[in-house]
Amino acid sequence: MKPKHQRLLLAVIAVAALVGAGLIAASALREEASYFYTPTTLVAANVEPGKAIRLGGMVQKGSIVRGGDGVSITFTVRDQRRSQKVAYRGITPDLFGEGSGVVADGRLGPDRVFVADSLLAKHDENYVPRELADIDMSAAAKTKDTLVP
Amino acid sequence: MIAEAGLAAIWLAASMALLQFIAGLTLLRDGAGQLVPLIKPAAYMQGALCTFAFFALMWLFYISDLSVLLVANNSHIDKPLIFKLAGTWGNHEGSMLLWVTILSVSGAAIAFLEKRIEVKTLSATLAVQGFLALGFFAFLLFSSNPFERMVPAPIEGAGLNPLLQDVGLAFHPPTLYFGYVGLSIAFSFAVGALLTNQVGPAFARAMRPWVLGAWIFLTIGIAAGSYWAYYELGWGGWWFWDPVENASLMPWLAATALLHSVSVLATRNALRAWTIMLALVAFAMSMAGTFLVRSGILTSVHAFAVDPERGSFILALMLMYTGLAFVIFALRIGTVKQGEPFQLLSREGGIVANNIFLSVILAVILIGTLYPIAAEALGDKISVGPPYFNKATVPIAVLLMLALLVGPLLRWRRDDLGRLKYWLIGAAAILLLSCLAIWKFAPQIGIFPLLGIALSLALAVAAWMPLRGRKLLRTPIPVFGMVIAHFGLAVSVFGMAAESGFSSETLTALAPGESAKVAGWEVKLNDVNPVVGDNWVAVEGEMIAAKNGNEFPLHPQSRQFFKPPMQTSEAALLTRWNGQLYVVIAQPDQEGDGRWQVRLWWKPFVTFIWGGAILIALGGAIALLGRMVRRTKNSAINKWQTE
Repeated sequence: MKPKHQRLLLAVIAVAALVGAGLIAASALREEASYFYTPTTLVAANVEPGKAIRLGGMVQKGSIVRGGDGVSITFTVRDQRRSQKVAYRGITPDLFGEGSGVVADGRLGPDRVFVADSLLAKHDENYVPRELADIDMSAAAKTKDTLVP
Repeated sequence: MIAEAGLAAIWLAASMALLQFIAGLTLLRDGAGQLVPLIKPAAYMQGALCTFAFFALMWLFYISDLSVLLVANNSHIDKPLIFKLAGTWGNHEGSMLLWVTILSVSGAAIAFLEKRIEVKTLSATLAVQGFLALGFFAFLLFSSNPFERMVPAPIEGAGLNPLLQDVGLAFHPPTLYFGYVGLSIAFSFAVGALLTNQVGPAFARAMRPWVLGAWIFLTIGIAAGSYWAYYELGWGGWWFWDPVENASLMPWLAATALLHSVSVLATRNALRAWTIMLALVAFAMSMAGTFLVRSGILTSVHAFAVDPERGSFILALMLMYTGLAFVIFALRIGTVKQGEPFQLLSREGGIVANNIFLSVILAVILIGTLYPIAAEALGDKISVGPPYFNKATVPIAVLLMLALLVGPLLRWRRDDLGRLKYWLIGAAAILLLSCLAIWKFAPQIGIFPLLGIALSLALAVAAWMPLRGRKLLRTPIPVFGMVIAHFGLAVSVFGMAAESGFSSETLTALAPGESAKVAGWEVKLNDVNPVVGDNWVAVEGEMIAAKNGNEFPLHPQSRQFFKPPMQTSEAALLTRWNGQLYVVIAQPDQEGDGRWQVRLWWKPFVTFIWGGAILIALGGAIALLGRMVRRTKNSAINKWQTE
């Protein structure tokens, strides 16, 4: 192989590899990137069950029900307008509780209950999950039906 | 007073960096350069001044001088001493000061030690370094002053994020910074060599120890960070594809590629433009890493500063430096002559394959990390998590491992696979037999853990093959370094594959006296007691893990910190040679039925992950030391001959 062609060949290989990387990334992103929804946008978007998504909102007061095994819970997440039931099995994060903000990773089950693989709770004033930063939680907390009966 | 002296030292150091840069510019202009003799002293002064400023800040943390804003915000009078000191860099401003201090001290070290390359190239390299440092000094002085005063001084200080109050913190960030900054030196060398037309083996030999050193530190830093996340977060995972983890992995991938290609340039005088390009990319990645972590664009325990001004400052620096560097590359690359030719089937070809696979992995990680940020700018909230990264990177890593079975055995310039046919058959046999054996005993295992185990077994043999037929005493020491590093990769991949393929987990709630089982272990909760620490209180489980008649006590804790208020889990780990038992206890649930949530994992061979990483770093260290020894020996021989 002539030296001149060698550099060209290497450059072509490098470019081809980068294009390949872009294609791999694009195809994996199409399948695996998970979108963030609130209960309201979740209904509007008509997400199919089984697709990985994130759900964020406020844990509705009085909605946490702990299962008999001591490790599974269900609760309702809501925003200003709608609510969504969530089931989770695992150790809940610190400061997870009624009235706290939460972001859940998971997917909708066939029965439209959101099955969470992991929960991220709002820790304190200094730390808000990114997705919740610009959602006004105070409104959800104040609506009448979120009060404990 | 000390704070003001520290601040003055930073200003003076910045002026030294400016002097270094301007003196370097005169070199380009008239060829001779009147100011060039000033470059080295300026580099020494800059190093000394920065070191002074850094120790001044450490002193302020040591005496808890709460009239300094940074100390007040990040320290607390009740904090244990080690965390007071580590607090120096456990925050945005302090960590940036550490960054420039390492940068300046390395510059001084180059000025003092480097004698192999031409004075002109060395001066240009130091000038580029001065230019880099200048940007970070500006950043420090104009938007992140670590010595800012607070009037009036508070009484006790705000405290440090409890997750960061850990011995891991004392070492993790500085190690990563050494790595990042080492890559900036490779960058300066590359630009310096481009500007002075010295891209060749001599330049590669001068750059190599810095790349190797940076890579060793990055390897240790990433492994330490991974282990820290594993035992401190209490989630049982060792890699989360968190953007901040990616920010450290990307420079490592680039450095690994660079490390291999710079060896080709140093020994074979090939891959010239390629190596320069990788040096630029490696530094761009460490800048991108700094940007991702420091800009507050991500939420994470690492993101200290949520301040858009700082984010845009770092972004501007990053775009300026890498942009300029790529412009210089485009303008000057025509002057870099084509290196020595080689056949595709050769050691050089193998290293090109290594570089290509590493670059592709790097690119898909970069895209996955930046995509959510780009999407958010367009109004979509997207998260890209482990499913994406595993799917996109693992298949390429499999190809990389396959190439590694053969690459190091090839000869330079050209080779013939026929020469290696027995090894090729042997490697294929190991792969096939181990796949079949694993599949027979564990048919439920996923394809990637299966391939990972098979490939790591084959690589564990392949790694040692370069020593075959050599006289061990006459083998160059760096070859042993390579062998150990490649073997370490096999060990690490084996741990990853075994952990992801065969972990078992039990999640349950136990009342005192009850027990739970995981993977043949029976774990009994005897009691739960309150415990008090320096600045926290905790509930501590008193547990006994039993298997085959052997009993081991375990004490997982759930800690409550007060400054700032926060809970953390201290997992109890029981290490056996073939894995770890990982036990987490949670605060009682609000219902208060007397049961405690307990999570048990058996993680087979999980410690191999970090053990392998230590071997990889050790291999690097052996290669580095071996080269240094040889260099001093050679220079002694030269001296003797000239006398």
